Order: sequence, then structure tokens, then C-alpha cells
Amino acid sequence: MTESSPVVPRKDDSVLVTEAKAGNYAAFEALVSRYEKKIYRLGLNLTGNPEDAEDVLQEAFLKAFAHLAEFREDARFYTWLVRIAINEGLMKLRKRRSDKAVPIEDAVGEEGEIIPREFTDWKPNPEQLYAQGEMETILQNAAQGLSPGFRAVFLLRDVEGLSTEETAQLLNLTEGAVKARLFRARLQLREGLSKVFKRG
Amino acid sequence: MNLLNCKDCLKEISSYLDGEMEPDLKRHLEEHLSLCHHCQVVFDSARKTIELYCDGRLFPLPLEVRDRLHRALRRRWEEKAS
Ligand SMILES: [Zn+2]
Repeated sequence: MTESSPVVPRKDDSVLVTEAKAGNYAAFEALVSRYEKKIYRLGLNLTGNPEDAEDVLQEAFLKAFAHLAEFREDARFYTWLVRIAINEGLMKLRKRRSDKAVPIEDAVGEEGEIIPREFTDWKPNPEQLYAQGEMETILQNAAQGLSPGFRAVFLLRDVEGLSTEETAQLLNLTEGAVKARLFRARLQLREGLSKVFKRG
Repeated sequence: MNLLNCKDCLKEISSYLDGEMEPDLKRHLEEHLSLCHHCQVVFDSARKTIELYCDGRLFPLPLEVRDRLHRALRRRWEEKAS
């Protein structure tokens, strides 16, 4: 699937934000259309279920709309939006977990060593071997095996492309903690997916 | 000679994925990867893991979810305008 192909030259986010602040709904809607897919996917990967993902999506854009006047135009709109969305998602997870009294951070902490156990080559192009729905389930299951704080770091850094610094600020972590979590998250996801994708 | 062992190599895998590495260490790591199948597999599959989660074809936004979003936003916009 391709991103919507612009017929008219694509306006910068900052231009759209200025227009939206001035009361132009079409400009705001253009911003929404630009990022709704990514925010939905972020919500889905973070929460692991479509209902929560839809809530995250709606709440993120409603809050963005409500606080648009406070948005500083020298910041990146997408980073700002991701910050709102990730906070919504983490809040949802906290609510869900409060029943079970499980803390949002896992008990292992940052230093716990991840030792790779799967050393078998993967089948080439696993994405071509599974139907889309199967692949999505496989990825979701692996992601849900991480604790939310680690999942959030992985999604922000590796999927949304935020910098270590941005991720640290957003999640209230040191940059060292972001790196340590990212390392563990990547290896743990890899380990989970290896069980499915290994040759043999 | 300054050869890395597997443990040291795996510790650096994440920095290597990020391309954040001083040239000397990078050279040693690449040397190790070229000789060690295990570490090569870990590195390749970690990179592939990231690629899969970034695949834009997965997790599409359902049309009805998009509709509900745009209706909710439009409603909020009109409330504010009135
Ligand atoms: Zn090795």
C-alpha cells in the first residue's frame, strides 16, 4: 500500500498547523489524514487490541485538536502527536493492569541480560510466507510478550523513528535507559519471532 | 590482535544496528560477524525484526474506524465553532 499520492504539492506540517490554528478545518483534517494510519498502528502495537487502538487514535487527535493553540510551531507536529498517543496508550494499559496490580514496568529492570538462544537462520522473506492477518498476529503476540515500558521504547525508536533523546524525554527516562531497553526489546522480539520464522 | 568474543559482539549488536559505533570497534565487530555464523544470524534477524514492524502494509486503518474518527473530530470542531 502506498501513502496517499499528493496531486497538489504537499504542504509542510508547520503550514497546516498554522492554518488549522487560524480556524481552517481542512488543514487540520489534512494533518489527521497524514498521520492517522501511523497513530492507529502505534496504538495497536502498544495495546495489542483494536478497540484500545481506536480509543488511542480518537483520544490522540481529539487532544491534539483541543491543545492545538498550545502547540509550539518550532516543534515537530508528528513528535508532539506521538507523545499524546503514547501517553494515552500507556494510560490504557495501566488501567487495564490495575485490576491485577501488576506494575507497568517489569521487575527485571534494565540490566537483566538477554541471552540469545535461537541461532537458526530465518526463512528468507517471512513476510511472503504468511497471510497478512497471520503476520499481524505473529508480530502482535511477540510485542505483547514485552512489558509496556520496553514495548513503548521499541515502537518509538524503531518504528516511529524518534531519536534516543526524544524517546528519553517523552518517557521520562535517561538516554542510557532508552538504549538498554531498546537493546533488550529488540533481542527479545527477535527471539520470539525466531521461533516462528526459523528454517527447519 | 583484538578479537571480540561472541558475548562482547552481542552486547554491541544494538549500537551496530543504530550505526552508533566508533570505527575501531565497528571493524572488530564486522570481522567477528564475518567469521561467526551465530552472531551473524542474531544480527540479521534483529534487523529483519525491525523491518517487519515497520512494514507499512501491515495493520491498515479500517475504513469504519477512520470514518468514526473523522466524524468525532468534525463534531468537536463544530461544537467549538458554535
Ligand atoms: Zn559470535
